[in-house]
Amino acid sequence: MRKLAAILVWLSVCGTVIGAEPDLLQGRAGGNAAEAAAAINSGDTAWVLMSAALVMLMTPGLAFFYGGLVRRKNILGVLMQCFIVLAVLSIQWVLVGYSLSFAPGGKFLGGLEWLGLKGVGSEPYPDYAATIPHGAFMIFQAMFAIITPALIIGAFAERMKFSAFLLFTVLWATFVYDPVAHWVWGVGGWLKKLGTLDFAGGTVVHINAGIAALVTALMIGKRRCYEKYPPPPHNLPFTVLGAALLWFGWFGFNAGSALGANGLAVNAFVVTNTAAASAALGWALLDWWFNGNPTVLGTVSGAVAGLVAITPAAGYVGVATAIVIGLLVSVFCFVAIGFVKHRLGYDDSLDAFGIHGIGGIWGALATGLFASKAINPAGADGLLFGNPRQLWVQLIATVATAGYVLVGTFIIYKLVDKIIGVRVSETDEAMGLDLTQHNERAYTMLE
Amino acid sequence: MLERKRAMKLIIAIIRPHKLEEVKERLYKAEVNLITVSEVLGHGRQKGVTEVYRGFKETGNLMRKIRLEIAVNENFVEKTIEAITEGARTGQIGDGKIFVLDLPECIRIRTGERGGNAIG
Repeated sequence: MRKLAAILVWLSVCGTVIGAEPDLLQGRAGGNAAEAAAAINSGDTAWVLMSAALVMLMTPGLAFFYGGLVRRKNILGVLMQCFIVLAVLSIQWVLVGYSLSFAPGGKFLGGLEWLGLKGVGSEPYPDYAATIPHGAFMIFQAMFAIITPALIIGAFAERMKFSAFLLFTVLWATFVYDPVAHWVWGVGGWLKKLGTLDFAGGTVVHINAGIAALVTALMIGKRRCYEKYPPPPHNLPFTVLGAALLWFGWFGFNAGSALGANGLAVNAFVVTNTAAASAALGWALLDWWFNGNPTVLGTVSGAVAGLVAITPAAGYVGVATAIVIGLLVSVFCFVAIGFVKHRLGYDDSLDAFGIHGIGGIWGALATGLFASKAINPAGADGLLFGNPRQLWVQLIATVATAGYVLVGTFIIYKLVDKIIGVRVSETDEAMGLDLTQHNERAYTMLE
Repeated sequence: MLERKRAMKLIIAIIRPHKLEEVKERLYKAEVNLITVSEVLGHGRQKGVTEVYRGFKETGNLMRKIRLEIAVNENFVEKTIEAITEGARTGQIGDGKIFVLDLPECIRIRTGERGGNAIG
């Protein structure tokens, strides 16, 4: 009976979605189709669609980055969590997420007029992007909404129940990600009005996910073996593969955020590559100096940290600044992960906070320091170019986001823990998530 | 060379993989500090038809187990058996076995020592 009821609910959802279908194809009713077609730039549209595809690949890339770092009994668990986020939040986004984030609304939350993508079609929506169809902007943003909750997985890896994870992710995306995206990027959002600069998601994606990672790591507690020994990564080549896919996808993430195939996109592309390179090099050298060897894990972690840090700044700074941002982020993350984490004793298993939280905060503040109108006239000058207010604005955005995420994540975690129970049993944790949550194994022994 | 006459035993145990940590801990507490671990496939009386947990069926009827090899002097045998039994037992089919074998000789490669002195 329960299954039958579930099928009926599912069918009715399908019916609602199909009802909204014509909007996607026709665009906003009453608009002048010929005029809209003239405004659309095919180069811009092609680049944004391509960028959406690049950012989509980052989530499976992240899965391999994280998957290599866990023990082999948990790799499928991590891959599955990342992959199911791709599935579930793609649906959540077109049904409610996009409207809550981007529909014109209040200061704190978007309106409901774009539920089910009603009216989001092939005509541009000039407040966001004047030269591409609204639907292209929407699907590009969908990929950001997908990867952000996936980043948090690193904090509670190897010990969260799959069912609890699903519920947590949907609630978190709806009640934490969507509002924060509206604050910073949505029409009417209060941080946007304040003048916050966040080119590609340093605040919305990385501070957001990073703080949520810290909260969940503290709440779920350490892995059972953590006190005796932090378990070693089981497959570093996977981690390198994942980091490479992230770096590749990040060109879409940052250069795509120019929302056009133009000079700004080229600037973002170049500084993104430069910051990743300088942070990778920086971390390798720090490892060499302090730990005796330049490690592979350190180098690829550095690259990811550099990509995180340049994200909010990519459209506002030049290449020399990118080198500085990259070098410094490797220092901050290296210290946070190598020294501070062990002092404080929390088990952020794959350093989601250490890289995305710390890197994201540094990136947001660095944008307030180094932003320059010479790079992007639509942006603002930072402290070093004579505008101290910008640093203050970036600080407000950082603190407000961190505070909201902290409280929101805490409440959602408590709720999920009450309904389902977040953590797996001791036996299940010892046997691994692959077998206990998915009834599969990643590796065979003989055949 | 009184030590050489002391009897030595080789203890081989087959246990569940997820019980390894607990067994290791109990062995350390019993001051049994040398251990060789390998990953093996096999089955016992249940013929590998079902693994007990969540109806998971291992393909090929062989299940993953951990094999421990521990060489000890006779006075450590009971302690070792106790540590493994307590650490590895769940009470369900598939907990494994412990075999105790006579060990005629033991040589520490670094020094060339032999017998009971070489074991610890």
